[in-house]
Amino acid sequence: MTHHTFETPITEQQARALRIGDTVTLEKTLFGIRDATLIAMFDGGRRTRFDLRGHAVIHTAPNVRKVDPRPGNSCGYEPVCIGTTTSMRMERFTRPLMERDGVRLIIGKGGMGQSTLDALRDLGGAYLAVIGGAAALQTTWIEAIEDVDFDDLNPESLWKFRIKHFGPLLVTMDSHGGSTYAQINAEAAARRAAVLAGIGVNG
Amino acid sequence: MQLDLKEVEELAKTLYIRALKLLPRDVKQGFERLLREETDATGKAILGTMVQNIAVAERTKNLLCQDTGIPIYNVTVGRNVEFDGAGMKAAIRRGCARATTEHPLRSSVVHPITRKNEQTSCGPGVPIVNVDFDEREETVEIEMIPKGSGSENGSFLQMLIPADGVGAVKRFVIDKVIECGGRVCPPTIVGVGIGGTSDLCMHLAKIAATRPLGTTCSDPEGARIEAQLSDAVNELGIGPQGLGGRSTSFRVHVEVAATHITMNPVAVNIQCHSARRASAIITPGGIAFE
Repeated sequence: MTHHTFETPITEQQARALRIGDTVTLEKTLFGIRDATLIAMFDGGRRTRFDLRGHAVIHTAPNVRKVDPRPGNSCGYEPVCIGTTTSMRMERFTRPLMERDGVRLIIGKGGMGQSTLDALRDLGGAYLAVIGGAAALQTTWIEAIEDVDFDDLNPESLWKFRIKHFGPLLVTMDSHGGSTYAQINAEAAARRAAVLAGIGVNG
Repeated sequence: MQLDLKEVEELAKTLYIRALKLLPRDVKQGFERLLREETDATGKAILGTMVQNIAVAERTKNLLCQDTGIPIYNVTVGRNVEFDGAGMKAAIRRGCARATTEHPLRSSVVHPITRKNEQTSCGPGVPIVNVDFDEREETVEIEMIPKGSGSENGSFLQMLIPADGVGAVKRFVIDKVIECGGRVCPPTIVGVGIGGTSDLCMHLAKIAATRPLGTTCSDPEGARIEAQLSDAVNELGIGPQGLGGRSTSFRVHVEVAATHITMNPVAVNIQCHSARRASAIITPGGIAFE
């Protein structure tokens, strides 16, 4: 179990060095993305002007405040509360997001499935768990909203955050076929019969 | 007592923001209990971060979670209260929208077909306003619940049949907790509805999921199942955020209603660890927050 501090963007080699159980702190840039963003990009054919190659995306839709654009905050939004959402809904977009846009790290909660695990292995990436429902804390890791694309989808726009010491995040899916979720789920399935028997129910 | 609709509007706004920022005392105590009982190192660390988040939210006066949820208002009207019902619902809607635009909050509510977001947390049928009545003299209680979607997506209904027995009801709950894993943001409150019609059964599950920790089902049979399932789900090893440990749920809550001789319905509605609620009581003496 190793701790990694990465300044984004990262290389394929850096992504492949990650193993489940490792921890990661990210610096510099993080992109926010979720359901409507990905539906627009991959079902609607919209292309972002952001270069996502080697970058990390977090499954999120933030609470923001509109402010007058000023130097250092040209997009006119400042953070109110930014956390994460359940990643599994975005399962079918992992491969195209990595393949077409070059994303390396996906951050979210609750884990993702087999097609994500396959994409992480084939293309070189990792899934990092951030704690769901701990957004007040995570907001303190975000310095500013640097830019926004697909502003019409607010709050499900494509957000560009400037971050400082974003983490620790826990590597829970890696490029070597490791998934903490698959492990825990298999354990729960294995305990199921005994748990049911304990309350007088046949499996 | 005449219910002042301006007061209701202000309260609808205040309660939404208050619910998003201050976790109820019973839930905080629930975290303390889980921390004492958790043996898994990762599980303990995650619970510790969740508790830290509660403190950060209070210190920075920020929202606990980014998800502002689906706004639900439960209004309980006591005896000898004069009120304009339609006006009250409209006042709640205005207060909900004002909380969203004035704080500002993320509007998490969209039209289900066009997916258009009005940026007000309102839309057809939302906010949900449930009105009920009780015996309290000249009293109106308003409870606000911002129901988070990660756990709301952990909702299930099964119209079991009498031949399946109560065993199938329990098996259904265990299987759904396994199926949801970390996606519903554990540690959770697992709300279970048993009986009624399909819609009542689902509503019972929501009442159960949003009931304060430390309360028990008023039906003795329901309370027995509640106790059994509460222990059982924490033997599955799912743990906080689905990353392993004992603390899969604070508690399983059960609510029951009578059902038809041909029916045996069960519903599950899950509440995430950010089990947010806020309520206030209006009396002739003024407004008291819980």
